Amino acid sequence: MGWLLPFDNLLCMALGISFTVWFTSLLVFIIVPAILGVSFGIRKLYMNSLLKIFEVSSSHIVSACSEKDKVTLIMSTLEQEIQELRSSSTTLSSEPEFEMADIMSFCRRGVESIVDDEVTKRFSAEELESWNLLTRSNYNFRHISLRLSVLWGLGLLIRYSFLLPLRITLAATGIGLLVVLTTIVGFLPSGRYKIHMMCYRICVRALTAIITYHNSENKPKNGGICVANHTTPIDVIILANDGCYSMVGQVHGGLIGVVQRAMVKSSPHIWFERSEVKDRHLVAKMLSNHVADKTNHPILIFPEGTCINNTSVMMFKKGSFEIGCTVYPVAIKYDPRFGDAFWNSGKFGMVSYLLRMMSSWAIVCSVWYLPPVNREEGEDAVQFANRVKAAIARQGGLVDLLWDGGLKRGKVKDTFREEQQKLYSKVLVGDQEDQAEDRPLEFSTLRPEEDEETGRLDRQGEEQPLDSLRLREDCCLRLQGNYTLRPPTEEKEKKEEGDRLGGPSEARPQEHCPLRPET
Amino acid sequence: MGSRASTLLREEEIEEIKKETGFSHSQITRLYSRFTSLDKGENGTLSREDFQRIPELAINPLGDRIINAFFPEGLDREDQVNFRGFMRTLAHFRPIEDNEKNKDPTASEPLNSRTNKLLFAFRLYDLDRDDKISRDELLQVLRMMVGVNISDEQLGSIADRTIQEADQNGDNSISFNEFIKVLEKVDVEQKMSIRFLH
Repeated sequence: MGWLLPFDNLLCMALGISFTVWFTSLLVFIIVPAILGVSFGIRKLYMNSLLKIFEVSSSHIVSACSEKDKVTLIMSTLEQEIQELRSSSTTLSSEPEFEMADIMSFCRRGVESIVDDEVTKRFSAEELESWNLLTRSNYNFRHISLRLSVLWGLGLLIRYSFLLPLRITLAATGIGLLVVLTTIVGFLPSGRYKIHMMCYRICVRALTAIITYHNSENKPKNGGICVANHTTPIDVIILANDGCYSMVGQVHGGLIGVVQRAMVKSSPHIWFERSEVKDRHLVAKMLSNHVADKTNHPILIFPEGTCINNTSVMMFKKGSFEIGCTVYPVAIKYDPRFGDAFWNSGKFGMVSYLLRMMSSWAIVCSVWYLPPVNREEGEDAVQFANRVKAAIARQGGLVDLLWDGGLKRGKVKDTFREEQQKLYSKVLVGDQEDQAEDRPLEFSTLRPEEDEETGRLDRQGEEQPLDSLRLREDCCLRLQGNYTLRPPTEEKEKKEEGDRLGGPSEARPQEHCPLRPET
Repeated sequence: MGSRASTLLREEEIEEIKKETGFSHSQITRLYSRFTSLDKGENGTLSREDFQRIPELAINPLGDRIINAFFPEGLDREDQVNFRGFMRTLAHFRPIEDNEKNKDPTASEPLNSRTNKLLFAFRLYDLDRDDKISRDELLQVLRMMVGVNISDEQLGSIADRTIQEADQNGDNSISFNEFIKVLEKVDVEQKMSIRFLH
């Protein structure tokens, strides 16, 4: 057995050295700069070299498979269809004109939506133009060449054996420091915020997030609300890296609960109990109280309510826009080449999501701070929300949709179908009402919480249901101006008529969309 | 993440579907990735719930009837449609290309011919598949399209007038041939086709 000893020593020495080296280099290159807030530029270097590799590999892919044509569906809009129907009718009689071919418009639109629709593709990862050497995004790129596969294998090795352990260590360090230091600092009166920033910086390095902040002069100030589009829980880290925010959310158990309690010790955040989340009055009151105190940090809110895949911005819930303070919009756009940041909460739990994040190449994103906005005269919360949403979408290069992100889990409301039926009835019976023909159609922003509300939201607060048009910028601008609310009496009339005729049941299930308040 | 399964679609299958439906290779792969992304259960078939999950289809007044067209066997809720059936139904909406008009007349009629498109539309009305559109069936479809906005009497008179204009053999219902006659001036190829950029 004696001959083992020298090997033993050697092994210990080798391991000992490597462990020390490992830890020291970690400390020097990553943690200390994070604490001090400086950067060696290692991440940028890494990003640029990755880009070069992608370029090489993509030219490879292009040369290998020449047939990489995108097949795009040309979708018709409801307005176009209605115009077609009207143009084909030659008489202007008051007699209803029905043609058996009318069903063809609805039929075609239905089939078009089966082939491609604007909504369901927002809830899954974006497809890439060219492969980025990750298995998870390997769609139509089957085995292309040996060189590429070797590159991929090398990448796999690097990512899982080097990057992943490194990042996990950093993350653990960051969170540990956050919890410990905030507890300590909680006893001291000053220097609270620096702790947060330091820990967020460590977390940013833990994810290898390379963030570019634009227009920092518009950074959110105290006593306001910051709204941003939501793609992943990491959004919080990315924004908090550059400023201090107060978070809003539900109290969780487990590790997240510990972090939440630690954060509260050093600066005010708004955490709700699960039962309180449904109570919108309470939520609104607490938010108002928070922004009223001008020494409090800006509140960070994601009005979409759920994670969307960063190709579009979906409906903003109007709760945060009713408070009446300054809103600071922020647009976040991730570069999908380095790793898909979208959290598909139906498919992956939080832990597996974080592991996927830490084993991607990097998280590269751009953050734009948009100029602060206030609600204008004669503008209600929904219009305000749509205006902010349009600005964010425009800046981030995202598609502006009026669909509700809650459709990820819930069913769509019947009111939209009723709107389509109404439009078609107009074509049949002629335009009897005095509404303008080119009135832009708008989505109802009803959500189940509002249906349950009594007294706060009377019928006048509702918008007219909209058509499911994919809005382009000109339509957005139109929305701001020509906007009419349906007067309350018309709703009642419609209801009574429906009852009289014994038409389709008026059962508008109030619990139609089982939306979860937090995702 | 859908289209990883596109590698599961074999070349021979693509060729067969191409022959049967006339879609191009890239269109078939794209439609296959769409099929898999709709297939939440990941069992290679779509159920009615999978279709109803598409919001734009759910709010279409004729949404349910269109979904029915994909399940020809019956109105059983347990029906599933596989990719071949999916493509076969979608093939009705392929635009008619000029070079097809001069094809071999002895070959069987393509799925997207004018007659077949009209048959698809006819079947949207004719729920019980008795090859006749009765007054009730017509009323049902009309009611689906207008909702609560038109009264029963008005709707009834619309239906009566339509049948009157179309009916030729006096049986107070519209047969397929009468249907074709009514729509002979309509540009069916344009109205019942979906267009791709490629």
